[in-house]
This record gives sequence, structure tokens and C-alpha cells, in this order.
Amino acid sequence: MYKPKYLRITNYALLLAILAAFAMALYPQIASAQGPTPTDDEVNRVAKKLYCPVCESTPLDVCPTEACRQWRDLIRTMLAEGKSEKEIQQYFVTQYGARVLAEPPNRLVTYLVPAAAILLGAFMLFRGFQMWMKPATLKASTVPGEPEAKPAQDPYVARLEEELKKRK
Amino acid sequence: MTESSIPAPRRGVPIWAQIIIWAFLVGLLAIVAVGLRRAQQGTVQPGQTIENFTLPLYTGYDMGGKSQVQLSDLRGKVVVLNFWASWCKPCEQEAAELQQAWTEYEPTGQVVFIGVDYVDTEPEARVYLKKFGITFANGPDLATRISQYFRIKGVPETYFIDQDGVLRYVQVGPFTSIDQIRAQIDPLLDNQ
Repeated sequence: MYKPKYLRITNYALLLAILAAFAMALYPQIASAQGPTPTDDEVNRVAKKLYCPVCESTPLDVCPTEACRQWRDLIRTMLAEGKSEKEIQQYFVTQYGARVLAEPPNRLVTYLVPAAAILLGAFMLFRGFQMWMKPATLKASTVPGEPEAKPAQDPYVARLEEELKKRK
Repeated sequence: MTESSIPAPRRGVPIWAQIIIWAFLVGLLAIVAVGLRRAQQGTVQPGQTIENFTLPLYTGYDMGGKSQVQLSDLRGKVVVLNFWASWCKPCEQEAAELQQAWTEYEPTGQVVFIGVDYVDTEPEARVYLKKFGITFANGPDLATRISQYFRIKGVPETYFIDQDGVLRYVQVGPFTSIDQIRAQIDPLLDNQ
């Protein structure tokens, strides 16, 4: 039976629509709003800047516990949702506190206190060395007009020098 | 001719600098002392009045339709505060007992069970709650504020707070039977 051209085109369009729907059902990630699954390297790049909230001093990228694996999965999910590294860090801070950050929060006091302590210590050392290196007394003559006397010597040192002069 | 020794004038540290230096050192020592004292403290002890705190609740695990709970709103009731985590295997040992106890005491309206999810992820927490059929209020301990206040050493830990907001008993580790839970709640209800 002869079909008009517009009917043939409509049939082809319908067939294409069915095939497209079938493809979307088989490959749901194509229709998903999320991006491709982040790689382990991408996850670990974020995870190494975080510490395990439970295990002490263990970066999240190397922590072997089940809990850490869950947190890395969470990072993977957030990266797939398009969250930035900063947003992920902020989420972890909100959930678990600032102690999860590998680097301290960028606040003035974080750097001011150690810097002040170092400068203070350096100043104290400097003044201490100054005082140790320059213990000084002066010997002054009471006769006016006479030239300024040499600094007073230890009498034992003076006697030693005298003996050495005799031996020359 | 006589000679005399005149000590050379010594330039010391100015007085204002000395004050600053000592004040800084004393301040630093005070901070260290507070930190050490806190590190040596154990968990919050029975007899202490518990300060008010706010716990946000997971959707579906709210209390009376509220999305968060404040301890001060629960005055007049016995509060059973349970710290747990989905990654905590010992917590699984007591989950069923806690839910069973909640089922027993909920109709009285005199006892409230609250679960505080410690450093966990919500998806895993929900799996855990569903797995054990938990129905009492549960929520995440954001920034670990509540667990830091109680100075918990780990999970699970359970705190029994009486009707006046005073801590009466601390259970470190999982309950082994529901009788242990009843043994802490019933005396508090009898004393009312």
C-alpha cells in the first residue's frame, strides 16, 4: 500500500524516538545531570588535604578504615555533582570541624602567634648574647690632667704578665 | 694617685619590653595548661548539669515534627543520649536493645531517646538506622560540638540525663542487654 511521504517521515521519526528511549534506558548516565565518575587520583587530590575525623593524624587518602572509604566515596559523589574542592572542604569542616583540614584555616591569628613567638625568642636570644659578650668595667684615675688609665686587670693576670716579661 | 673601678653603664631590656615578654610567656603557659587539663579530663561525670545544646535531626527521624531538638526543651523528661556511628561495629551490638527500650518507654511520654551520629556520612547513617529499625530521633553531631562537650572517648557511649538536666549515668561501650538500660531509667522515673 502506498504511504504518503509525510507518513513515512513520521514513521521514521517515531522509530528513532523509540530507539533513543531504549538507549537512554540502557545507559542512564547519558541522561544524568552528573558528570563522569571522578578518578581515584581526582578523589585523592582532595582527600589528601583532609584528615580522617576519627583516626589521629591520618590523611584521608591513605587511611585504610571503612569509615575513610566512605568519606572518599562521599568526595567522589560530590566531585561528580560538580562541587569544587573548596566546597567539599567547607562541607567537611561544617560536618566534622576545622580539625579535618590538613592546613589550618587561613586566619591572621594562625600565622601571627607563631611569628610573634619566633621574633620574641630571637630578640631575647640577641639581647642575651649582647649582655654575655660585653661585661665591662672601667678603671679611672682620680688625678686630674693625667691620661686615662688602662682598664683594671685581674691582679693575678697582671702578676702572670710580669713573670712572663721577666722570662723573656 | 688612686685608682677606682667604675662599672660601665649596662644597657638592659627596656621595662616595657620586659612586661610584654613576660605577659606573652605567661599567656602561652596558660594556654598550654588549659589544653593539658582538658586532655587529662575524662568524660563528663555524673552529677554535672548538662548545658543546653541543639541537635539537627535527620529527615524522617525528627521529634514531634521538629527538624532539630534542644536539650532545654526536654526538661521534665529522662533523656537517653546515645553516641553512635555507622562504621562502629560495637554500636551494632546495642542498636536492637536501644530500639526495644525506646518502644517500651515511648508510650509513657516520660523518656526520650536521642541518637547522636558521630563523624558519619548521612547515606551510611540512614542505611544503619534502617537496618536496625531505629525510630527514635537521630541527627548528626555537626562539627563534633556535642561530642566535644561530653568529651567522649569513642563510640558507643550513652548518657542518662534526669528530668532536671543532671547527668546521672554514663555507659561507655555497648549495652549487652535491655535490662542494663532499664536499670538506669527506672530509678530516675521512680525518683520523680
